[in-house]
Amino acid sequence: MSDVNSQRRNFLKTSLGAAAVAIAPGMLLFQVAQGKSDGADAKVRWGMLIDTAQCKPGCNDCVTACNKENGLSGGIAVTDSQWIRKIDLKDISTGREISLPMMCQHCENPPCVDVCPTAASFKRPDGIVLVDKHRCIGCRYCMMACPYKARSFVHEPIHDQNPDVPRGKGTVESCTFCVHRLDEGTQPACAEACPNKAILFGNLNDPESEISKKIHSVASIQIRADLQLNTGVHYQGL
Amino acid sequence: MPTLASLHFKNRIYYVLLAVAGLVATAGMFAVHMMEEHGHIISGMNNQIVWGMPHVFAIFLIVAASGVLNVASIGSVFGKAIYKARAPLASLLSLAMLAGGLTVLMLDLGRPDRIIVAATNYNVTSVFAWNVILYSGMFSLVILYLWTMMERRMNPWNKAAGLAVFVWRFVLTTGTGLIFAFLTARQAYGSALLPPMFIVLSFAWGLAVFHVVQSNIYSWNEKVLNPDILKRQKNLLGIFIIGSMYMVATYHMTNLYFSHQTGFEHFILRDGGVYTNLFWWGYVLVGNILPLVLIYFPGLGKMKCVMFASLLVVLGAFSLLYVFIIGGQAYPLNIFPGFTVSSTFGDGQIGSYIPSKYEIMLGFGGLAIAFIITTVSVRVLNFMPQDKPYISD
Ligand code: SF4
Ligand code: SF4
Repeated sequence: MSDVNSQRRNFLKTSLGAAAVAIAPGMLLFQVAQGKSDGADAKVRWGMLIDTAQCKPGCNDCVTACNKENGLSGGIAVTDSQWIRKIDLKDISTGREISLPMMCQHCENPPCVDVCPTAASFKRPDGIVLVDKHRCIGCRYCMMACPYKARSFVHEPIHDQNPDVPRGKGTVESCTFCVHRLDEGTQPACAEACPNKAILFGNLNDPESEISKKIHSVASIQIRADLQLNTGVHYQGL
Repeated sequence: MPTLASLHFKNRIYYVLLAVAGLVATAGMFAVHMMEEHGHIISGMNNQIVWGMPHVFAIFLIVAASGVLNVASIGSVFGKAIYKARAPLASLLSLAMLAGGLTVLMLDLGRPDRIIVAATNYNVTSVFAWNVILYSGMFSLVILYLWTMMERRMNPWNKAAGLAVFVWRFVLTTGTGLIFAFLTARQAYGSALLPPMFIVLSFAWGLAVFHVVQSNIYSWNEKVLNPDILKRQKNLLGIFIIGSMYMVATYHMTNLYFSHQTGFEHFILRDGGVYTNLFWWGYVLVGNILPLVLIYFPGLGKMKCVMFASLLVVLGAFSLLYVFIIGGQAYPLNIFPGFTVSSTFGDGQIGSYIPSKYEIMLGFGGLAIAFIITTVSVRVLNFMPQDKPYISD
């Protein structure tokens, strides 16, 4: 009998230990996530206006430029990262065909950021949505939440990285608006590479910027505007 | 009365079973090691199907872990003696399945080594992060509850602990449902029906697991479950099965009602190949109809039938989760309503997914962990239901 009792006591001791371990994450709950300013300017909101009338079907120059700039393999297997892709559309009722580039839309209210358990997905003050490679645990919840399928998961170890664009196996990544180039004062690689100037990049908050003026003068839409995410990327001619 | 020889024989079987489970768990750890080494490329998951087989196992275990506590709640909260006698076993099963499920969920992460990051960087808007709290809280509460049952001095607290567990488990299953309900952009998810659906499913799945374990414990100890108790428990299982079928049907019917969802419903219910088959044959037939027949058909409904019915319910659960989680992602996102689309990234196409052996090993590893925790505890401590000589309520 006393044997059973001591067994029981031992069991309870172990259980309490396990409970303490299980509770620990909860205790740390209120640790405030460190703010990230990154020197980004809160008065700026970076965005794009993509003119589908200028985008040629079959042209892939923006995609190639992105892959080169960010050190992506360019592979199109289901497990390869694609930060930007060309989508060919056909209007079901009119038969009209359109081709356009699709990438992270840098939502103002990004679902990926809302769902990320570790706050690895975050929005910079200038509206760019990024993933902190060192904080991402690779749960892929953000990929489930993104309405535009803009994110890729790194399925394999990575070699020959571009030092400006750190990437890591087991984490999620997506278009950064070439934030490393912006900080140097240049345009995203895709916008620069487009031979037809179909991608206009600029500051949506500056009424004098070319992109702001154009958005005011031409008809443009945000994709899945019904979700009210206020995307930074706008499309014209859709 | 068991003879000495039969006891020796049983002892041997016990250790063989434990060794087999240990092997399965080790295989699971090996799979984790391989995925760490090579990346998720060796799994069947990809950029379209981002959650795969491990999530089917993990979510089953977690949902069933919450549901099995129903047995305890009926005892503690509603004071039914036959369930009260089963509360310790139910709690143990809950802990075991929670441990197994969470292990699978954690080890499938792209960076399982960063689990501390997950614990220390907390995003309050993330349902996933809420669930971390819910799961760890549940774990602790159930242990506390078990303590109030097993330690006589703690008995006075039993009712309070039982109530806390009862409430917490509702919140927990709601949280699990919310993980999907918040994915508003996806046709398969983003429905307010999901949390209640998961709660009702958890009742059926949890009770089914309970029945399987209970039958085995009884036959291992060469005991027969009192037929009155069996009758009450199998009727309860029947009601839960009908209830969960009703919830799943409602979920699909409401989707059919919204015209933008009909494409998805036709995919799951009619044209989805493996998903359609799993839904109708796996979930509806094997997981619901057959168990109901086994429970209610005149002449059936004996201990063996109920145990077999429970096993089928578990199989049905896996089928439904496969359809829900993987089928739900396979159907393409509707980014451009009114257009047909194509791209190099699977836009407009049904996603392809074939689970790899590593994922399956990891999933079974989680089951093995739950099995080991249960068998060892049942042997070391007394979890055999102690029924009173008569049933008072
Ligand atoms: S497009 Fe997707 S990844 Fe980009 S900010 Fe919006 S939700 Fe996040
Ligand atoms: S995969 Fe990484 S970035 Fe995405 S939700 Fe999980 S932790 Fe956040």
